[in-house]
Amino acid sequence: MTKSDAGVIIVGAGHAGGTAAALLRQFGYEKPIRLIGEEPLAPYQRPPLSKAWLKGETDAETLMLKPATFYAEAGVELRTGVQVLSLSPPDKTLTLAGGESLVYETLILATGARPRPLTIPGADLSGVLVLRSAADAEALKASLGPGKRLAVIGGGYIGLEASASARALGAEAVVIEREPRILARVANESLSTFFTNYHRARGVDFVLSASVAAFEGEADRVTGVRLGSGALIPCDAALVGIGAIPNMELAKAAGLACADGIIVDESAQTSDPAIYAIGDVTWRHLAHYGRPFRLESVANALEQARQAACAITGRPPPAAEVTWNWSDQYDLKYQFAGLPFDVDDVVLRGDPASGKFAIFHMAGDRIQAVEAVNAPAEFMAGRQLIARRAAVSRSRLADTAISMKEVAA
Amino acid sequence: MAKITYIEHNGAEHVLDVKAGLSVMEGAVKSNIPGIDADCGGACACATCHVYVDEAWTDKTGTPTAMEESMLDFAENVEPNSRLSCQIKVTDELDGLIVRMPESQH
Repeated sequence: MTKSDAGVIIVGAGHAGGTAAALLRQFGYEKPIRLIGEEPLAPYQRPPLSKAWLKGETDAETLMLKPATFYAEAGVELRTGVQVLSLSPPDKTLTLAGGESLVYETLILATGARPRPLTIPGADLSGVLVLRSAADAEALKASLGPGKRLAVIGGGYIGLEASASARALGAEAVVIEREPRILARVANESLSTFFTNYHRARGVDFVLSASVAAFEGEADRVTGVRLGSGALIPCDAALVGIGAIPNMELAKAAGLACADGIIVDESAQTSDPAIYAIGDVTWRHLAHYGRPFRLESVANALEQARQAACAITGRPPPAAEVTWNWSDQYDLKYQFAGLPFDVDDVVLRGDPASGKFAIFHMAGDRIQAVEAVNAPAEFMAGRQLIARRAAVSRSRLADTAISMKEVAA
Repeated sequence: MAKITYIEHNGAEHVLDVKAGLSVMEGAVKSNIPGIDADCGGACACATCHVYVDEAWTDKTGTPTAMEESMLDFAENVEPNSRLSCQIKVTDELDGLIVRMPESQH
């Protein structure tokens, strides 16, 4: 195959990679597209793995990004269960495990992130779990049920969603958090308090300001979590949810510029003009906040898939988006937009006790981020106000008698 | 199964057989029809699957929940027949449904 026939190769068949392949075809790209993934599955949606799927409310087919027939119909060569060992930008070649070489014209790296490991004694016991892939979710689901107890290390979104799902399946759940409050890295303190109370009222235990010293087990199976204080938390399974690290080894070894992720510009292009990178693995400049950052979200994966597909097909770049994400826990829909950089203080709108409220993070008279619980209007309006960099009156923002439509007008 | 006609903003028509139980959004996304982004995958969290339901079908597609209405309120170019297509479940009664897409979901 000559280089001009080589087309696009996408490494990483997750949400970002799968979307990029579909968009390239939507945008009229006619050359070959090869989509290579390490997992045995075609691209699927990860968010439901800790939410609806874990609770058994949605099936495996619904998880799939596209039906199995899509790839052949769209002329996308999907290769699953394949590991890419190395990348050589000068000759535009990938080497796969097994020795096969592939030549690309344009490469998209969508290699994602992996769970940050907890390197303490007992971490290799069976029943010590992470939650990233469908296989991880299967293993977690198999450990949940009446009479079972799940210990969650890390009070982040993954841990809280898994705890809520565990309770829905009749299992006990205890969250062990290093910081004095859950969601410490990502959410406002009043939100941490709200979620802690909401989970406690539904039977989840919390052990805060606690370090984890070891996993203890019998016959190679975890039976408890030993805390730094010496206390033992008995469990049937332990879920470690302490963040993720970017899978950028391939890029780094190939000499692409990297920080805490592969460095890309606003068209998702890396330091090599023939190579794009999208999704959780990227380190990108956030024009809105005047700094680079690594975002881990579906919204980011999709935005960068659009950027790369537009750039590759010669379309004008899509408008920059305000980052956003959501979390489902029990009957709560938690939506958040923007990032709380350079924040002076926060404005609370609504009463947390009512289960419907929003917190606006303010820098001067501008909103930098919004966190909304069962408050979609606050989320949507907040997102638009952030994007417009609009000046907003704090007293109007706090006054629920004035609708968000009026506030945003 | 229901035959659903999706009409892009530019007039391009796509007629699809969509399985009952899926959402109108899923019917489009799974066939890679442009014009419905559905960034959140159907969680009613993003308002990027906005469609206009053909006037003849607005009764059959039901009424939006308060959550959907709040999300729609802030979508672009909202009309009385606007819906989030992830919140319309396909049933056999929707055979023949026509939905049109807005110019942009973002």
